[in-house]
Amino acid sequence: MCHQTVSLVARHLEANGIPTLCLGAARDIFEAGRPPRAVFVDYPLGHSAGRAFDAQDQYDVVSAALRGFASLTTPGELLTLPNRWPDDAWRAEASSTEGKDTRQPRDETPQFQFPADREAAIASGAWAPG
Amino acid sequence: MSVEYMRAIRARYESLGYTPYRWFEADSPPPWTPLVKPLSAARLGLLSTSGAYALGQAAYHYKDDTSIRALPRDIDDRDIRFSHITENYLVDPRRDPHCILPLAPLRRLTREGVVGELAEHVFSCMGGVYSQRRVREETAPALLEAFRRERVDAALLVAM
Repeated sequence: MCHQTVSLVARHLEANGIPTLCLGAARDIFEAGRPPRAVFVDYPLGHSAGRAFDAQDQYDVVSAALRGFASLTTPGELLTLPNRWPDDAWRAEASSTEGKDTRQPRDETPQFQFPADREAAIASGAWAPG
Repeated sequence: MSVEYMRAIRARYESLGYTPYRWFEADSPPPWTPLVKPLSAARLGLLSTSGAYALGQAAYHYKDDTSIRALPRDIDDRDIRFSHITENYLVDPRRDPHCILPLAPLRRLTREGVVGELAEHVFSCMGGVYSQRRVREETAPALLEAFRRERVDAALLVAM
């Protein structure tokens, strides 16, 4: 869904004068949504900017992606990065069509990562319990 | 062969008894704005759809939350949090935010002169919004205004 959101946002920004470059890990959703410039890295979702705790990989992914601003010249073009994830075990789960719903329950309560975040948001005035 | 997420998610929802999700499939070529200056002279904006928020801000909720957050570009890693409807993808971002909110690589690219400047504030949203209408009418215009306020020349949008 994130890749769809990004495609829609990119098209809106671009139509209003801001050049965009979308970086993501779901090739098919980019191909369907056709953002103006897309860069695909074949990594598990959650790692579109590189592997965790691997500053060099993150730097390589982001700098290669940004070169797309110069190299992508056809609207809707998609650039594929050469980076490979160290193993393929994640692919089976990501491709699974089994009825497993990994989403959290949907309601309008902010889902603070830690209880202390909730207190901090109240203290700063950013949020108040309803 | 890359993972076919649209097909897998459609089938998964169907087996759970939901109505099939209608993915956005563009029926027109994308709009285009050329980047007229080199990246090394550009002020770059950043969006991550990962549901990142700063300590002291409200977290995202999971029912088509279309709001956005502005995070200072020099935010300390210890003040970065995440809330996103597909929490299973947050395991690594919560340990190392830069794999989805690439501030560290962008700071380095700025120091090296590859990127002219990173906008003072970077943005996040919770990309797991089902309503394409609400993304178009709420999230996208809010981000356009936010990027304009930051006077960016171009924007890098990172999808989770």
